[in-house]
Amino acid sequence: MSSNLAICGYLSADELATCLPAPERMAKGPVAVIECVQDIPCNPCEEACPVRAITVGLPITSLPVLDAAKCIGCGVCIARCPGLAIFVVDGSRPGDEGTIQLPYEAWPLPEPGESVHALDRAGRRVGTGTVEKVLSAKAQDHTAVVIVRVSKQLLNTVRAISVEGRAEA
Amino acid sequence: MTQSDTDIIVIGAGPAGLSAAAEAARLGAAVLVLDENDRPGGQLFKQIHKFFGSKDHRAGVRGYAIGDSLLAETARLGARIELGAVVYAIYPDRRVAVITADQRRLLLNPKKIILATGASENALAFPGCTLPGVMSAGAVQTMVNLHRVLPADKTLMVGSGNVGLIVSYQIRQAGGKVAALVEAAPVIGGYGVHAAKISRLGVPILTGHTVKCVHGTDRVEGATLVALDDKFRAVPGSERDIEIGCVAIAVGLTPLAELALMCGCKFTYIPKLGGHLPVHDDNMETTAAGIYVAGDITGVEEASSAMEEGRLAGIAAAEALGRVAPSEAAVLKQAVWARLNALRTGRFGQARRDAKERITAEGRGAHVV
Repeated sequence: MSSNLAICGYLSADELATCLPAPERMAKGPVAVIECVQDIPCNPCEEACPVRAITVGLPITSLPVLDAAKCIGCGVCIARCPGLAIFVVDGSRPGDEGTIQLPYEAWPLPEPGESVHALDRAGRRVGTGTVEKVLSAKAQDHTAVVIVRVSKQLLNTVRAISVEGRAEA
Repeated sequence: MTQSDTDIIVIGAGPAGLSAAAEAARLGAAVLVLDENDRPGGQLFKQIHKFFGSKDHRAGVRGYAIGDSLLAETARLGARIELGAVVYAIYPDRRVAVITADQRRLLLNPKKIILATGASENALAFPGCTLPGVMSAGAVQTMVNLHRVLPADKTLMVGSGNVGLIVSYQIRQAGGKVAALVEAAPVIGGYGVHAAKISRLGVPILTGHTVKCVHGTDRVEGATLVALDDKFRAVPGSERDIEIGCVAIAVGLTPLAELALMCGCKFTYIPKLGGHLPVHDDNMETTAAGIYVAGDITGVEEASSAMEEGRLAGIAAAEALGRVAPSEAAVLKQAVWARLNALRTGRFGQARRDAKERITAEGRGAHVV
């Protein structure tokens, strides 16, 4: 097992090939990105999906398969994934910016309108983002979902935000 | 604590012990759980992350919430828990010697004993390892998640199993920094999703690296990291210094099996599962008749499988006491085995399953003691 994930701790472009949605699908509206590539015994995402767009099946170590045509990008799966490995990207808006929904488990929660550092999978600052909304319903059990606006070019790159030192707008 | 009415004594009130107690009590056995700690739950109450698995394994529920529900379940079913109670011996006649929280010495005489004593964290020796600030990852987790104290602004994590990865994430959640996570092996030991969680928060994971030494006068002030070659030899000239105030050691666990050894149980040695451990059969019974084991003492896994093993031991012990018909017990045990086997699949689980099958193969058959 010599994958980048196993050596460095984050997925390389090659490993992501099967996870990322087609550009046409991203342009249509929000869609889930499931970055789960190891056969660990886990399936809450399958049950979380209200439109049955995620299939794990048996054994529960099978990798989740997303039916991107069915997925409505609701984001319910994000906080249900114990591995925090699901994101929702939306490249359908006019203009240069799109949104990413990502899981967030630290205090304080970012505020809507706040400017934040946008981090890639390796934690490198790759740009800035603007927080649009923070969802923290009881059912999410303390896994907030932050909807952050970033450049469309970064929709497949940004996977975390940092409020450290507060990014300049 | 009285002995007259106790059918089963469970030693250890962690996930395995509480599950065993709940199952045995549900089937009508009088159960007493002894734990040397001042609170029950083992490590569950510092597990603030959501567990993996399926709905049957309570996937998506945080560890402390599972702890709460296990405590409620054991209380509802009438299993008693005695805290601050240290079991210091089990004699050949199966009497259990206990020192209670109020310093009384008791000899209890249960019909069955379930050992769910867990595991202890391994240490690592390097120059500076005795400085204050060098501690186990579990100690960091206790400080951060139970006592809400961050050991230092910056921590060096040693070891990339799930414990090292998860505790690194929890240090970040608590507002601390993890300067680096070093792993001597060429690949990360734990789940990729746990590694990805800390990577994207900027924690560098350095595989093929270890801590060469830790420096400081009265406490940890820094560490020297060094790269390792494929034979785990330090690569000359690869040293680099980092500033840190804490070194967290997450280099595996060893089953706490002393009581099983005292009982004369047959042992085996399986490095993959933490070293020397008592063999057991499909009922979790050791080669010492009436002594059952569950959880990390049977080989280090994780809480989800520990709970299933506990349920198996609880059912089997109650069955041996005649509290449940063999046919009914068989159905109950089969359901547990199905859940357990589901957890022991995939690239991480299969190796554990193979190792566990070696244990049960050794443990089946006649009880020798």
